[in-house]
Amino acid sequence: MQTIQNGNLVSMRDVFGETLLQLSISDPRVYALDGDLANSTKLNLVAEKNASKFLQMGIAEQNMIGAAAGLATVGLQPWACSFAAFIAKRSLDQIQVTVAQPKLDVKLIGAYSGLLTGCTGKTHQALEDIAIMRSLANMVVLAPADASEVQHVMRFAHEHTGPVYIRLARDPLPVVMPQDYSFTLGKAVELKQGSDVTLIGTGTQTVRAWEAADLLEQEGISAAVLHMPSIKPIDRDAIIDAAKQTGALVTCEEHSIYGGLGSAVAEVLVEHCPVPMLRVGVNDKNSESGPNDALLQKYEISTGHIVKRAKEVLRIKAGK
Amino acid sequence: METVLDQEKISFLQQKAAETRALIIKTVHHAGAGHIGGPLSATDLLISLYYEVMNVRPEEPQWEDRDRFVLSKGHSAIALYAVLAQKGYYPLEELYTFDAIDSRLQAHPDMNILPGLDMSTGSLGQGISTAVGMALGAKLTGKTFTTYCMIGDGESQEGQVWEAADAAVRYGLDNLVVIMDYNKLQQYGWEGSDGRERAVPVPSPEKKWEAFGWNVMEIDGHHFGQILTACSQAKATKGKPTVLIAHTVKGKGVSFMENAYLWHSRVPTDDELNSALQELGVEV
Repeated sequence: MQTIQNGNLVSMRDVFGETLLQLSISDPRVYALDGDLANSTKLNLVAEKNASKFLQMGIAEQNMIGAAAGLATVGLQPWACSFAAFIAKRSLDQIQVTVAQPKLDVKLIGAYSGLLTGCTGKTHQALEDIAIMRSLANMVVLAPADASEVQHVMRFAHEHTGPVYIRLARDPLPVVMPQDYSFTLGKAVELKQGSDVTLIGTGTQTVRAWEAADLLEQEGISAAVLHMPSIKPIDRDAIIDAAKQTGALVTCEEHSIYGGLGSAVAEVLVEHCPVPMLRVGVNDKNSESGPNDALLQKYEISTGHIVKRAKEVLRIKAGK
Repeated sequence: METVLDQEKISFLQQKAAETRALIIKTVHHAGAGHIGGPLSATDLLISLYYEVMNVRPEEPQWEDRDRFVLSKGHSAIALYAVLAQKGYYPLEELYTFDAIDSRLQAHPDMNILPGLDMSTGSLGQGISTAVGMALGAKLTGKTFTTYCMIGDGESQEGQVWEAADAAVRYGLDNLVVIMDYNKLQQYGWEGSDGRERAVPVPSPEKKWEAFGWNVMEIDGHHFGQILTACSQAKATKGKPTVLIAHTVKGKGVSFMENAYLWHSRVPTDDELNSALQELGVEV
């Protein structure tokens, strides 16, 4: 595994597999449930190094979720892992009825979320998982920004009793979270201060929001960057403070513009402190297979698109 | 297959079953909503489990070594509620809060509010997977309890049932007993043939379960001797899970409700209630 330090490219899935292996060794309650994707999600680290804690559930996600619920009733802590598309969509009813409603201690891992899933195309991408999972009562929804934060949110989920959904990305990402970082449920992280506009990112888009802020700075625009690892519960105070301090917001997510981070932030703004806000996300489109850069461009969620939307929201703020 | 039970025990179970059926019908009549046909077909099976088969402690519902029960066909909740009330899990009079706002007796079982429920169910096909998880969890933690799960035949149209069937065999869950309430009717279904009003929801279930590798037994689901014998044989079977295909009659016990699919979730009128109670021969 690569060193997790700022600027390094590290893959969330490597850290996920390693962290779950450690949890499965240190806590007898922890079991890893696989929907036959272990060598993609890196759950195979558990299978190979702590085999008795690895449960292959086969290509049958609905049963995997129900079995996880049953295991939780016996006092175990199952981590059910698959691609986000299958966790959040294929087994949604199962999650609601047997995990979320009874508040069972099941952890749900949505790997390969968003648009960048390795040329697998629309069936394996998840652009709706945040919207879906955040609409379930009792569900905590987390989207870490980088590999270092994956460790933090997994340790939180392990200690938290109840359902947690963690959204992970496939490809390596630069480490952006501060070295002294510690995760708090429902708390945003200020990565950069600014006075003109606040860019709010979640998951993989926090890195791009951070890059966009640098580009804006070169053009004399002061952009704050707020990372929102906890989409539910969301940090209302941080959103309201950002609205008051910069008067304009842009949300950035590798997700549909409907129901995800943008919607969650807009809900808070409208109720408490309306200011101009624009969303960067996939705008009501089905996606397709393709290389990462091409996907980011075509579906208008690249760093350049964040810069563009920031300038647009500043024009709205200025009344132009 | 039949156990010779002493007549006293059989009479007791029959009496309990009749009282349970009366409670079911009275409760649905009182609530003005609920299911009738499925709960009545499941009654003798539930009575057998709670009065003879399962190792449970009503005074200590969360006792960790208790046998588990999952009502995968959650819409038969009223039958389970009636049995649990009689066993002392909660006050009998509370039965009449069924389906009311703020009641612990939700239309479908909610494990977080009513003592004695091991799983929340209602959306069909799901309970069996949770029972698989409980049985697997028992194996992993060295517990010796048995997990029982009742499924419906209509419910078995859900693909998840067969995902669960496969997983249970892969993990050799001989501590899992699935009981199919094979009443051969679903809510509406298909038009029947061979003189039947409706088609059988899942034809030849015994062959399907056998093909998945289960230990399969077919029994009369209203015959206490057969039910109890099958349960003890299921517990003695090692290496694979058991399914009891229990042949039952939807609406069992009330002539005008029997084998009538429209009684799946009809509410009896006052007259129908009285006739039903008269037929059952009990006043509770």
